[in-house]
Amino acid sequence: MIALLIRDLRLALRAGGGFGLGLAFFLLVAVLVPLGVGPEGTTLAKIAPGVLWVGALLACLLSLDRIFALDFEDGTLDLLATAPIPLEGVVAIKAFAHWLVTGLPLVLAAPVLGVLLHLPQAGYGWLVLSLLLGTPGLSAIGAFGAALTVGLKRGGLLLSLLVLPLYVPTLIFGAEVVKRGAAGMAVEVPLLLLAGITLGAQAALPFASALALRINLR
Amino acid sequence: MSIWEYANPKKFIETAGRILPVLLPLAMGFLLIGLVWGFFFTPEDYKQGATVKIMFLHVPAAMMAINAWGMMLVASLIWIIRRHHVSALAARAAAPVGLTFTLIALVTGALWGQPMWGTWWEWDPRLTSFLILLLFYLGYIALWQAVENPDTAADLTGLLCVVGSVFALLSRYAVKFWNQGLHQDSTILKVGEKDPLDPAYYWPLIFCLIGIVLLFLALVLIGTVTEIRLRRLAVIEARERQEA
Repeated sequence: MIALLIRDLRLALRAGGGFGLGLAFFLLVAVLVPLGVGPEGTTLAKIAPGVLWVGALLACLLSLDRIFALDFEDGTLDLLATAPIPLEGVVAIKAFAHWLVTGLPLVLAAPVLGVLLHLPQAGYGWLVLSLLLGTPGLSAIGAFGAALTVGLKRGGLLLSLLVLPLYVPTLIFGAEVVKRGAAGMAVEVPLLLLAGITLGAQAALPFASALALRINLR
Repeated sequence: MSIWEYANPKKFIETAGRILPVLLPLAMGFLLIGLVWGFFFTPEDYKQGATVKIMFLHVPAAMMAINAWGMMLVASLIWIIRRHHVSALAARAAAPVGLTFTLIALVTGALWGQPMWGTWWEWDPRLTSFLILLLFYLGYIALWQAVENPDTAADLTGLLCVVGSVFALLSRYAVKFWNQGLHQDSTILKVGEKDPLDPAYYWPLIFCLIGIVLLFLALVLIGTVTEIRLRRLAVIEARERQEA
């Protein structure tokens, strides 16, 4: 399993692997929103938590189809499905690899983009923490969507349509944490719910994803 | 004699053929009585005026929009567990009906909200949940249409329906948490409590509710029979192509 993780990371980091694409997209969102909304600091500060979370979500979405598509095309996935390690484990590892190359850079870049959007001082810690707790869930949910659409020729658009509604609870609680944190209010409840969704998704969804992969490989 | 006999497509089509001529007029009759009674023979509300009568379409449509998803969930589970093709096709047939009811509920709600709340749309928990439900329906239908192999499509959509249900419920509570509501609570089951539904509106609304449930059943039966026939047609065509 560790070998698989290292392999996935290597493939993603190699040139043409799409690493950094999500990050660039995240940056673009943070640049485009002020251009569209206007440069007033107070307005930007108000919408910063939501914009950063939506940007992270969309950046995450961008690279989801790569989780399984390439392996499906060249037949690696068939080998993995018949390998001695359970397919559920393969899915979990691949989702984790996706998080390491997409989610983690987003978490680290978020404070810098927060400066661009005039996020209030108190919000930075909560922004990083909420993204750290939320993005692994996004990867796990996204892996499920990618597993559903892996056999389709034009699955990209369908993938967004399937995955984005599933992202709703994570987005709401994640953005709520930052909003409350920035306003200096208590954040325990949304933070715990956010962590709960991520943990639940990590625990249960690999089984659903593996089932979807088996159906698609049949 | 068990309920699973109706999982036989032939038996299902026969039974549906016998039920439908009764069910469809009955549904239309209930709806007609309920709507005519509701629209023309009930008093106007002292605060809301005639707009209160949108309720007779809005409430039943909203109720069935949610129940249709519930029916799809049960049908998907039956397909996943017992592999009855009719069940998967019934879930497929119910999705467009549910989508339509969701749209009706949203549109009538907007028409009602404009004069009452002074806005077409408000990010109220109930309204937002319905918008999210609409997205779930769209994704479900899109996945059915995208996958070519019918069995694979049935499996994948069934799985999506089960997982989606969990997330739909989560979204419902997340949205409640996210914003306080403008929409009132349901008053149908509050007879005898504080602030109940006026008795003058009660019976026409019940007629409309029964009518829309029957209409939903009739539409799903028609849809399922059509899906079964389409599936047979595809098999016949494939066989002919092979022989040719």
